[in-house]
Amino acid sequence: MTPSEPLRIGVAVPRADAGPKTRGDPLFAADTVPAGALWAGVRRADVVRARVAAVRTDRAAAVEGVVAVLTHRDVKGTNRQGVIRRDQPVLVDEVVRHAGDAVALVVATTPEALTRALSLVEADLEPLPPLLDVESALSEGAPLLHPDHLGGNVLLEGTLTAGSGAAGEAECDETVELAFATPRQEHAYLETENGWAVETADGRVELTCSTQTPYRDRMEVAEALGLDPSRLRISAPYLGGGFGGKDGITVQTFLVLAALHAGGRPVRMRWGREESIVSGTKRHAARMSVRLGARANGTLRFASADLRLDKGPYDHLGGAVLELGMEHATGPYRVSHSVVTGRAVYTDNPIGGAFRGFGVTQVTAAVEQAVDLLANRLGIDRLEFRRRNALRRGDVTGTGFTLLCSVGLADCLDEVARHPLWTGREEWKSAAGPFKRRGAGLAALWHGTGYGPVVPDVANAKVELLPDGRFRVFCGVADMGQGNVSTNSQIAGALLGQPAGAVELVLPDTDRTLPSGSSAGSRTTYSFGQALDGAARLLRERIVARAADLWMARGVEEVALVPGAVRHLPTGREIPLSRLASAMGEPERVAVHRWRAPVAADGQRASETIRLHGFPHRVFAFGAHLALVEVDELTGQLEVDRYLAVTDCGALVNPQLAAQQVQGAVAQGLGLALSEELVVEGGRIETSSLRTYLVPTSVDVPEIETLFVPVHEETGPFGLKGVGEIAVNGPVPAVANALADACGIRLPRAPFTPERILAALRGRGNGEAP
Amino acid sequence: MRIDFVLNGSPAVLDVPPDRRVVDLLREELGLRGTKEACGAGDCGACTILVDGESRLSCLMLAAQLQGRAVTTVEGLSPDGSHPLQEAFAAHGAVQCGYCTPGMLLAAADLLSRDPDPDRDAIREGLSGNLCRCTGYVKIVDAVAAASAATVGAPAGRKR
Repeated sequence: MTPSEPLRIGVAVPRADAGPKTRGDPLFAADTVPAGALWAGVRRADVVRARVAAVRTDRAAAVEGVVAVLTHRDVKGTNRQGVIRRDQPVLVDEVVRHAGDAVALVVATTPEALTRALSLVEADLEPLPPLLDVESALSEGAPLLHPDHLGGNVLLEGTLTAGSGAAGEAECDETVELAFATPRQEHAYLETENGWAVETADGRVELTCSTQTPYRDRMEVAEALGLDPSRLRISAPYLGGGFGGKDGITVQTFLVLAALHAGGRPVRMRWGREESIVSGTKRHAARMSVRLGARANGTLRFASADLRLDKGPYDHLGGAVLELGMEHATGPYRVSHSVVTGRAVYTDNPIGGAFRGFGVTQVTAAVEQAVDLLANRLGIDRLEFRRRNALRRGDVTGTGFTLLCSVGLADCLDEVARHPLWTGREEWKSAAGPFKRRGAGLAALWHGTGYGPVVPDVANAKVELLPDGRFRVFCGVADMGQGNVSTNSQIAGALLGQPAGAVELVLPDTDRTLPSGSSAGSRTTYSFGQALDGAARLLRERIVARAADLWMARGVEEVALVPGAVRHLPTGREIPLSRLASAMGEPERVAVHRWRAPVAADGQRASETIRLHGFPHRVFAFGAHLALVEVDELTGQLEVDRYLAVTDCGALVNPQLAAQQVQGAVAQGLGLALSEELVVEGGRIETSSLRTYLVPTSVDVPEIETLFVPVHEETGPFGLKGVGEIAVNGPVPAVANALADACGIRLPRAPFTPERILAALRGRGNGEAP
Repeated sequence: MRIDFVLNGSPAVLDVPPDRRVVDLLREELGLRGTKEACGAGDCGACTILVDGESRLSCLMLAAQLQGRAVTTVEGLSPDGSHPLQEAFAAHGAVQCGYCTPGMLLAAADLLSRDPDPDRDAIREGLSGNLCRCTGYVKIVDAVAAASAATVGAPAGRKR
């Protein structure tokens, strides 16, 4: 593609941000901190559960260079934050509920003064017996984490039923059951939580920070601190990774509070790696039990699942995680009868929250293993069993709603079925060397796009024709690395007939862009893309109509947008866009379009609690994964040799970006399958560095082949569906099924470490570490 | 302490405390914010720079260790982003959030200076000290292989 060629849809256009990122341009929040900014930091509780008797700040405040030492007494608003339930204090007032709770906020002129003052904050915390697992939190007489919560220590629970519910099991000839647990997973984005803020002369506070949710943050910070939201401006530059860990408040409230006590000087805050791990949210630890039943002819008839999430002390997005997990807990299959139960339970452990996959990762890990067990029991090929029961458009899902979106699951399975990695698997397995065993494992996937029926999934796009003839796109959704902002350039450029250099991008800024929801839920490009599609088409119509009027053309069909100009087709005359822009007033040069995602209308049999958190979704992506693994019998080491991911995420706007999402998600899923386990002992995180918490390196991740089944989805921009999350759900079950295929063992929990595999191979403790 | 060194090809003189971390020196004193800090403990490679052509972790180095050395940061790879590795990273989709990218580029530059024509396993080995949480590494390996091919004139991944 030449620089002057208009951008196109469906081709691998290099990302707009890739060049600047390879040059090391200052694109991240920490790169724009003004010289001379003050330093803010948080004193953490460092105890798991305690009553706050007193917090004394005088010794800290006396340190030279300290500007302010702030406690809950300095918070003028509710001092509570949270996405759904506002249950998390900014600075603890009465009770400490986990080790990462914030006790005091210090502002100083140098990092040295900050460190010294933080160590001199005297927190008089009276230890209370902590609730360290779901069972103790649910036990009779357990102390309540939030006495104001009507459900006690149960944040949320509910049931989904379809068909005859539990009675449907009677229709089955064969039934299998499986219990499985997945651990907490750390987001481990390379850019830890950070930002900077300044109070301006007119009394507003401007905050630049690494966040997936600038608009929601603004309302939350204002409420917690007792400010009028109009006093706050939040900008979200490019994020150095998010994955759900920046879907909500991290440094935001602290920085605004600090700025209000800094006398107009800018204030910076950056969490170190340990603070990020100790204080940030995690993928919820989950326990699942699943039963699946089928007729002898291989027809799935029944599914039941129970999902228990260890919530930690604060809601964050636990309700949505529970809902999504339950919604997907019968797998992407036609199942006539089902009952799914779920509970998210408050404990004093680290905070469970949003993480790419949102509960679907956990349930898929269990269900897809049970599918293999059932296929084996019936003596039917694992792939054929999945294909026979795979959901198709118009089917009623296992959790009881009609699937109205495009469905390419069977196509994904067909791609795997004819792929050489699958057809050649037995030959490959038999070529294993001495003391090595090889296996192949499958997983079939689905993942809902967006927020579901209750919370409006709305995006607002704005496009402007600039006086110099270029276009400016106001992007309302943060780019945490997935490249949605670049995709916006591609969409606008394609619709307006312009090359990449003619499209300028404005990143989310509550003063300049329009609210468009979170960068989350596989909905970023799906929703914002539709809003942008509308805005760009509107502006194009206006430009063409204006030019047609100037030329006194017979109709708008005589006029077309070409790079840098409008052309009168019958005569070939052109007007540069810069000249046309000068003839148009600002209101005419700016187009805005609002889009609200369609929602499902069924699912009435679900518990109201679960419906309120998004049940059911309307649009789903689908996938089929294949893992080929080799196990060393002497060491228990499992290596993934090759990985194949086939995805139906609708039509592709940019195949390169879609492949990036799938490969990155597979790598995170492989981390959860093989090495990532946030170890928590007595409520404290024992793996608080990247040397003890092991994310995959370049030698751990295999070659990943990514294929797509580009089925057009009519509700999505240019036919696309969300692709951000689905692939993270595949690796745990695909590797588990491959391990079973190789060695005939199933471990009761992920990750599948060498110690656990070796123990299982030796028949000790069913795979539990010795 | 006065420190004389070469920074991205030009002589530099600084008067800084000898125990100032090099990553802070680069980002704060010198305003070179391409170098990233992600763990501060030598676990992730995000702060990688070249010192006398070899990759080093700037979060573990102190200012005094720069005396008489030649330092290259991502800003010094090329004046305009035209280094073969930079172009290959952008073209092959090796950049997502981009926070690991500067360190990854410099680690790759060090690798290619030692082994101009590495196979994919050697590339993976050479980059194994640099974490990336976004890409799954496949496209990074593609990019380094392509940059190697562009430099040595061999077809991409010929030793594959």
